[in-house]
Amino acid sequence: MSQPAAQSNPLLPQTAAKLQSKGGTSPASQLNPYLPPIFITLILLVGNLSFGILESYSKTLLAIATAITVEMVLGRIFLRKWPHPASSYITGISVGILLRSPAFWPYALCSALSIISKYALRVRGRHIWNPSNFGICAMLILASQAVTSLSIQWGNNLASLAVIWVLGSVIVWRAKRLHITLTYVVCFIALSFLRAHITGDSWQSEISPITGPMYQLFIFFMITDPKTTVRSRLGQYVVAAAIAVLEFFFRLNSSIYAPLYALFWVGPAALLIEMAIDSRRAPAAGVPSTSEQKAARA
Amino acid sequence: MKKVPIARILVIIFFAVLLAVPWMVRHFTAHAKAGDNPGSQAALARYGFSLQEVAHASGIDFVHQAPILDSKLDGIMPEVASMGASVSIVDYNRDGWPDIYVTNSAVGSKNHLYRNNHDGTFTDVAEQLGIADVNQPGTGVSMGAVWGDYDNDGYEDLFLIKWGKPELFHNDQGAHFTRVSDQAGLPPWINANTAVWFDYDHDGKLDLFVAGYYPDYVNLWHLRGTRMMPDSFEYAKNGGRKYLFHNLGDGRFEEISAKVGIDSRRWALACAAADLSGTEYPDLFVANDYGVSELYINNHGHFHEAGKETGVGFAPKSGMNVSFGDIFDQGKFSIYVSNISEEGVLIQGNNLWVPQAGPALKYDNMASDLGVELGGWSFGAQFGDFNNDGNLDLYLANGYISLDRQRNYWYDFAKVAAGNSFIIGDAANWPAFNGRSLSGYQQKRLWLNDGEGKFVDVAQAVGATDTYDGRSVALADLWNTGSLDILVANQSGPLLIYKNTVTPENHWIEFSLESAKSNRSAIGAEITLYWEGKEQLQQVSGGNGFASQNDRRLHFGLGKNPKIEKAVIHWPSGAVQTLDNLKPDRLYTLKEP
Repeated sequence: MSQPAAQSNPLLPQTAAKLQSKGGTSPASQLNPYLPPIFITLILLVGNLSFGILESYSKTLLAIATAITVEMVLGRIFLRKWPHPASSYITGISVGILLRSPAFWPYALCSALSIISKYALRVRGRHIWNPSNFGICAMLILASQAVTSLSIQWGNNLASLAVIWVLGSVIVWRAKRLHITLTYVVCFIALSFLRAHITGDSWQSEISPITGPMYQLFIFFMITDPKTTVRSRLGQYVVAAAIAVLEFFFRLNSSIYAPLYALFWVGPAALLIEMAIDSRRAPAAGVPSTSEQKAARA
Repeated sequence: MKKVPIARILVIIFFAVLLAVPWMVRHFTAHAKAGDNPGSQAALARYGFSLQEVAHASGIDFVHQAPILDSKLDGIMPEVASMGASVSIVDYNRDGWPDIYVTNSAVGSKNHLYRNNHDGTFTDVAEQLGIADVNQPGTGVSMGAVWGDYDNDGYEDLFLIKWGKPELFHNDQGAHFTRVSDQAGLPPWINANTAVWFDYDHDGKLDLFVAGYYPDYVNLWHLRGTRMMPDSFEYAKNGGRKYLFHNLGDGRFEEISAKVGIDSRRWALACAAADLSGTEYPDLFVANDYGVSELYINNHGHFHEAGKETGVGFAPKSGMNVSFGDIFDQGKFSIYVSNISEEGVLIQGNNLWVPQAGPALKYDNMASDLGVELGGWSFGAQFGDFNNDGNLDLYLANGYISLDRQRNYWYDFAKVAAGNSFIIGDAANWPAFNGRSLSGYQQKRLWLNDGEGKFVDVAQAVGATDTYDGRSVALADLWNTGSLDILVANQSGPLLIYKNTVTPENHWIEFSLESAKSNRSAIGAEITLYWEGKEQLQQVSGGNGFASQNDRRLHFGLGKNPKIEKAVIHWPSGAVQTLDNLKPDRLYTLKEP
């Protein structure tokens, strides 16, 4: 039986511990393993207590409970052990925040799809989609009659935004992934001006999305996910920029969920390219490819 | 060949099944909807009623004119000038036949009062009565109208809701209207879309609540700047203030909102009053655009906002309607608040707030369970028993801006609405519409209550087939036939009158109330009708829905072969009157004893 990675989401406790034990230089090794779950919980609580961003706590709890339960069951089957719940907790809470629906079932379904995608959609032992990105995109495409994604909620004031940006930046900086976030942000802003030039709309309207709440999770949690980003630093720069570029074209085509869809396509493509490059190098060197090593470690 | 473990195969199959779940949900749980119009006779046989649009045949060819505001707003004019079409029902001359008042919203355009000629036709008498030319330059334009007899002389007076100078017109015994705004002490300018007459302190005189949308300092025809938009799409608190005008009884009103605990700068679009908390004092429900709804509980003349504690003010949406209806025939009002739903973009869902059992005032949103959640970009709605089967049905107007069918503004709308307040709050940052639609050409909903907890949309089947940008909905038995007709005011579109033909198998009863100790309009009076084990509550309203007011006469459907047990009237004064020996298919005209 192949061994799917138990963890997938940002900067996880087990991943960090494993890499540390192998003397790896993963950015995650610098990170307190509990910071990401605490941080995303903080986002949820601050957002909800300040602005009531959630339709209800029960829907978010349903998303979290589903994600953890599915992870536990599949982890037990495929890994023959109980996975650490941090990853699935983050996936569930991301679904709870990002998904918007008056109904309950989309929250459970989205969480389940997100987690199962890690086990069902694998290439050479690796899952290639960020779980919550996959789940939410799948719901937006397949269940558009019932769901949307959080794009206009959570107030519109600067203070809450600044708090999240500062905290988020510290977290990804500690995880040595701030360059991914910054690359994306710089590219987004630059391309916003280009879009404004092309469309004739104000640059403020083109910048506008990144000043909203959906981007906070996207910038700090989705595109920095260590399990679904490439390893090399140069590659990470390129992939972050590529996401922004594809989003640029989606936006020119009036796609409301442009960043989510851009990551949906660019993330797996980048990993597949990395695997292909690895497998070409590995036989020449006579050693297992690094992607295979990574899968083996996971 | 590489061996794939069986567990992995099973997970993949399960994964594929899960991906198919949305399709299955859509297929199997799609809200019941009847097919296209099968013809009036078939609709009559199948649903117990059918509608026919008869405005032109009735002599009414009114087409609403939208406002044209400051040129700084040219790019987004379709959005900022998207309201103003309204319809309200009044028997202004006390002849026992409902008349129709509609507002117009272009500077220089005229409002119309259509007098009921008793023969199926109407004649516009607004000009001769002095309430037509009310959109003169410099005074703003009309957004709605509510009627109430503020001086208890027996004739309904007119409060004109405006983006501009609010106007009060005294009804001079049905022969003329006299402008009394200045004597009444109304403020020079309110940008409001909603108001309601109610006697908040039970002193027997009608008071007036007016809820602002844009802030009062904004003159939409002479903007000082473009920073006049909401500072948030769902948490905006930079809208217009609220006014509660206490009727002093001598033609003057005193503004007392702060004194009685009403202080809000949310962007109100609809309000209505009813005794929801059981204190016998009318509470106020306010539906706000760009934010949560507010429920002001009236504790003997002092209000406290209880939106969160009652459950109705938690999730921010885009409230555009408040209607009360006893949909379960249990003697309690549910509350319908319309919002925005656009597939793939924004699914707020409309709210149907149903009171929980128990002593505490708490509501659950059961719109999804009952099938009345998804309408479109929804505005006005009204509860009424359209087929006289004894269950309250629901009519909902949808559609926001219908321009180019092929191009829509949603992407740009979402782009800016997501942004920081310094972006969203400035109209200059909003991309130009350039002729695009925004949730345009939408069908209406006429949800038939099956009496067992489900509503079925029969709008197309019974003849409500228009796709205009619906705003205000009012109900009245226009021709005194015992059936509720539906009037819809459309933005930049015609006034529609859907004449209702109901199967004679189903019976009805109507009540026309006039108070003696209470306000003479009997606004706030409640009738609970008991028949065949049912108990239905209705009340006389001083304004509800979106910028509308139904006929003050109350209409109850009774179903087949009804035996009426009794009707209990709670007059606003506190007096309770019980009526026995009531016969169906009659209008009872009652005076407070």
